[in-house]
Amino acid sequence: MLPVPPLKPVVRLHQVTKRFAGGTEALAGIDLAVAPGELLALLGPSGCGKSTALRLMAGLAEPTTGSVERLLPATHAVGFVFQEPTLMPWATVEDNVALPLKLLGLPRAEIRLRVEERLERLGLEGFARAYPRQLSGGMKMRVSIARALAARPRLLLLDEPFAALDEITRWRLNDELLDLWRAEGLAVVFVTHSVYESAYLATRIAVLSARPGRIVGEIAVDAPAPRGADYRGSEDYLRTCRAVSTKLAEALEKS
Amino acid sequence: MKRSVANALPPAVVAVLALAAWEAVVRLRHIPEYLLPGPLRIAAALRDDWPVLFPSLLQTLAITGEALLAAAVLGAGLAVLLIQAKWIERSLFPFAVILQVTPLVAIAPLLLIWIKDVRLALVLCAFLVAFFPVAANTTLGLQSADHHLLDLMRLYGSSRWKVLRFVRLPSALPYFLGGLRISGGLALIGAVVAEFVAGTGGAASGLAYRILEAGYTLQIPRMFAALTLLAGSGVLLYALLSGLSYLLLRRWHESAVRRENRQT
Repeated sequence: MLPVPPLKPVVRLHQVTKRFAGGTEALAGIDLAVAPGELLALLGPSGCGKSTALRLMAGLAEPTTGSVERLLPATHAVGFVFQEPTLMPWATVEDNVALPLKLLGLPRAEIRLRVEERLERLGLEGFARAYPRQLSGGMKMRVSIARALAARPRLLLLDEPFAALDEITRWRLNDELLDLWRAEGLAVVFVTHSVYESAYLATRIAVLSARPGRIVGEIAVDAPAPRGADYRGSEDYLRTCRAVSTKLAEALEKS
Repeated sequence: MKRSVANALPPAVVAVLALAAWEAVVRLRHIPEYLLPGPLRIAAALRDDWPVLFPSLLQTLAITGEALLAAAVLGAGLAVLLIQAKWIERSLFPFAVILQVTPLVAIAPLLLIWIKDVRLALVLCAFLVAFFPVAANTTLGLQSADHHLLDLMRLYGSSRWKVLRFVRLPSALPYFLGGLRISGGLALIGAVVAEFVAGTGGAASGLAYRILEAGYTLQIPRMFAALTLLAGSGVLLYALLSGLSYLLLRRWHESAVRRENRQT
């Protein structure tokens, strides 16, 4: 177990249990705190309740028992990226990204400025007027991330965002996500079932067991900040992957 | 442009052939015009009776248009009301269904008795049949909004009104337009049926009134001419509503997007 993060967490799950109406127990006794500025991966087999944990953090679901504490300013402090891009098909890329800002009721000029900046940041400058159906899967995901970051959240939650993408696009988006995370200094929680993705991205990995989801281990990844192609081939990276795989295998055995 | 000509050609050829065959049968068999007038005779009636038929056409179109507009506004309005809560839907939707399945010819006489203003009664009849497709389709559309988008709206603490404006209404637009296309034809049929029920005693003199009148006086070519105008109006209405649908959806909805090479 790691020492408790020194900074006040942005969100904390305390002894959280989640049982669905059908009786399925998704999570059992989860204790998890997300520190500001960390990149936490929730790793586990499918059906281990990782997405549920993410929804609880976002406030999109309520725990059956236990508590979820969000130590964040009221709304728009959380950005959420779903498994699918979930864009509004009737709106252009810029209007999609502008949605959270419009909901905040910001002045038009400021919305335009902020949207422009977000699009540029994610390499979408030329696509402001395009409709989602005209974009590739990777581009759509970029728009989805741009939208999640539009209102400058303190916490970004991603639910297997790159699972449906091809490997090349996925690697590229991994790097872009790392860049964004470093530049914005936000806390990121990232749900994945890929050992390699979690080892590449995260500063901390929480491994969950399946049905009901329980945290079976946490692994800190201390690899230095600019992770890139070199890191992917490094001894460090492979060691982390191996450690994570072992934990995951344990998790599978337990369930 | 070339494509639209190519699309219009086959039905045009069929129409010309059918009309020619019709004319030929009428002439060769010497069928009297009070039984079946040929297309040329009908065209002549259309020209000669234009001063009588045209005001009637306008009258019928006005009633249809008003009924359709009311159906669009109130149908969409009811749909928005229905999705506010399950109990509202459960308590109101059955009555919309009852209205829909009760034949108009059975209600129309009552409405004509209750409502002094015949024209208003006709609009109400046409509205009653046009209302349901819009209401039912829009309800379905409002409920079909992407649940992840709804989650997103919840995440941002959006009010009911904002969810409606930003997510539910745009999601429902294709469904609404589909319903409207059905309602257009129904409104026209409703207007005609109601006028038939009102009979020649009705003060409003739409195309149905002309058909009845021509039937009583055995002016069969005029009857056919009025029928032609009705059918033409129906086709025109459908084309207009399809055009509206295309204009509103062409940028994003699968039903209206033109593909260059059938690939995504």
